[in-house]
Amino acid sequence: MMDATDRALLRELQAGVAAVPRPFAPIAQKLGIDEAEVVRRLERMREDGRLGRFGPLFDAEQLGGAVALCAMAVPPERFTEVAALVKSFPEVAHNYERTGRFNMWFVLAVLDPEAIPRVVADIERDTGLSVLLLPKLEEYRLELRFEP
Amino acid sequence: MGVSERDRCLLAAVAGGLPFVRRPFAAIGERCGMDEEEVIARLRRMLATGVIRRFGIVVRHRALGYRANAMVVFDVPDADVRQKALRLCDLPFVTLCYRRRRRPPLWPYNLFCMIHGRERGRVERLAEEAARFAGIAHLPRAALFSRRCFVQRGARYEPPLALPEAEVR
Repeated sequence: MMDATDRALLRELQAGVAAVPRPFAPIAQKLGIDEAEVVRRLERMREDGRLGRFGPLFDAEQLGGAVALCAMAVPPERFTEVAALVKSFPEVAHNYERTGRFNMWFVLAVLDPEAIPRVVADIERDTGLSVLLLPKLEEYRLELRFEP
Repeated sequence: MGVSERDRCLLAAVAGGLPFVRRPFAAIGERCGMDEEEVIARLRRMLATGVIRRFGIVVRHRALGYRANAMVVFDVPDADVRQKALRLCDLPFVTLCYRRRRRPPLWPYNLFCMIHGRERGRVERLAEEAARFAGIAHLPRAALFSRRCFVQRGARYEPPLALPEAEVR
């Protein structure tokens, strides 16, 4: 289980680390533990499944790629079958169920923005269902921090 | 922005994640034949130009108990949407906020935000609070809670496009 130090570590690290030779040193100092312990605790939380990857959060558009949110209204009896079809497309980065009429949502992540309409058309053809393509027009916040 | 071949090599090396070691950038350098100094200099430049938004950990929010996660959507007149969105962003519990294209008549909503929580009733109250705070409680709105997940992968492309873990879910 997590103790107060683990929670403090998560709180600090979600804000990001600096690109410096020893990025954990300032956090260790702040929490009054040594760097080796910071590293050990992080590794343990990763093994426990509380932490995902440690690395850069890219901006897909800046890299020349594109990300697109899509939704479909899938009849409940076809849900599993359609989920498997959608999952078979390597361009699908997330695919999940939501409550409501538009119950299947997925995110396409591609290097070539022109691939988006093609993949959408392929998914529509394979599933026989319409896809709502909901492109982002403006971003106001992307702040994925969680109080541990 | 300019991303050189060597930058791409570095991005590919860091995309899968860094090890938790005292000098993670030196460890990454070993994977792509750069010294620590060069890794840091290139990453700093990519942070400055916005190719990399930030460097840090991604928590698995579900493992921390965040299981009641709603995409809350509103139909706001286009002329007001920016101002209303910025009001929503003043609330600490709104984690994502975007304007997206409407698809009438099926999908009238143009303002999207995410509220992650541990308990559904509480998230519903926060959605109501957010709507009132932004002055859009009288407008059409829906809260769609996430259920099963079928795919959650970073990316398999070259160079990799890593998505924020909880982008929409």
